Amino acid sequence: MTYFLIIISAIFVNNIVLAQFLGICPFLGVSKRISTGIGMTGAVTFVMVIATIVTWFIQNYILIPFSVTYLQTISFILVIAALVQLVEIVLKKVSPPLYQALGVFLPLITTNCAILGVAIMTVSKDFNIVEAVVFSMASAIGFGLALITFAGIREQLDLMNIPKGMQGAPIALVVAGILALAFMGFAGMV
Amino acid sequence: MNQWKNFSKGFFKENAVFTLLLGMCPTLGVTSSAINGLGMGLATTFVLIMANLVVSLVKDFIPDKVRIPAFIVIIATFVTIVEMVMQAYVPALFDALGLFIPLIVVNCVVLGRAEAFASKNNVGSSIIDGAGMGLGFTMALVMLGSIRELLGSGFLFGLPVYPEEYGMLVFVLAPGAFIALGYLIAIINRFKRA
Repeated sequence: MTYFLIIISAIFVNNIVLAQFLGICPFLGVSKRISTGIGMTGAVTFVMVIATIVTWFIQNYILIPFSVTYLQTISFILVIAALVQLVEIVLKKVSPPLYQALGVFLPLITTNCAILGVAIMTVSKDFNIVEAVVFSMASAIGFGLALITFAGIREQLDLMNIPKGMQGAPIALVVAGILALAFMGFAGMV
Repeated sequence: MNQWKNFSKGFFKENAVFTLLLGMCPTLGVTSSAINGLGMGLATTFVLIMANLVVSLVKDFIPDKVRIPAFIVIIATFVTIVEMVMQAYVPALFDALGLFIPLIVVNCVVLGRAEAFASKNNVGSSIIDGAGMGLGFTMALVMLGSIRELLGSGFLFGLPVYPEEYGMLVFVLAPGAFIALGYLIAIINRFKRA
């Protein structure tokens, strides 16, 4: 039951993009087409889950035993940067088709604050390892849900007649606001 | 380059938020009040100036291939300093900004200036560039924070302006952040063209 609550809460109620404002850059940047949105979601899910597992072990077996938790920020970001490189190299060798699909998005992920944000949230919520995996996966799904919905709306927006000053970023932000308003309907569910 | 131009470009011509659309996460996440926006902006400005300073000092010693990880370590160092100082001296602000303080590390504005400016220019220009960009970012955050606080709760910098029950609560919540920023950018685009 707790796992179910974690999943519902991370996907809908506390959606990582629309309620917590993490990962806004890729949310605005790669949402022009549904297909790129799906590719980005795949890459984010992959890296987010692995990064959360690795940082969880670092926090609980290195930082806490040696009482150097103030090194959290610096160690997590280095681990994530290294991990993204590693994932890229391994994917290239092991699964070329998957690399073809996700390759262009991987370098962008190092500066995606959603990855670091979820890693830090997992630690601050005192999750055990299973809860951490469930939470990171659900967060990534929530990211994908928001991104793909948004991309679908933006594809339609291309066909609309938008006032000059509102074209581009402003209309995208207003649409995101209305989407966030819709997601607020889930508030209080958990 | 003219140092005044170098400083002032961060406010309007190359404003990180309004023109370059960088650093959107803290911009939207912490601006539920003007004070929070100001705190976040100043913290980011400090990191920007110090990171620019150090990067421009060590740029000749860092091999080209590992420069991005090296920049990230430099930035993370100053973010950790900011985190500890804020926790000690302004605990209320530290709690309000929460997760977004460690996330200054992945703020594209900071890494972007280190890569695009400090790694190519001398120490003096880099400090001025960091200060201009940081204060421009702060200005954007304070503007958005003031608008959201005023429309949402009837307060401005914590001082009552009109009765609270006339406020539109949505502007303090998540959707209001997106909508307010969208219209703010649209208005600025309008003036830029004129």
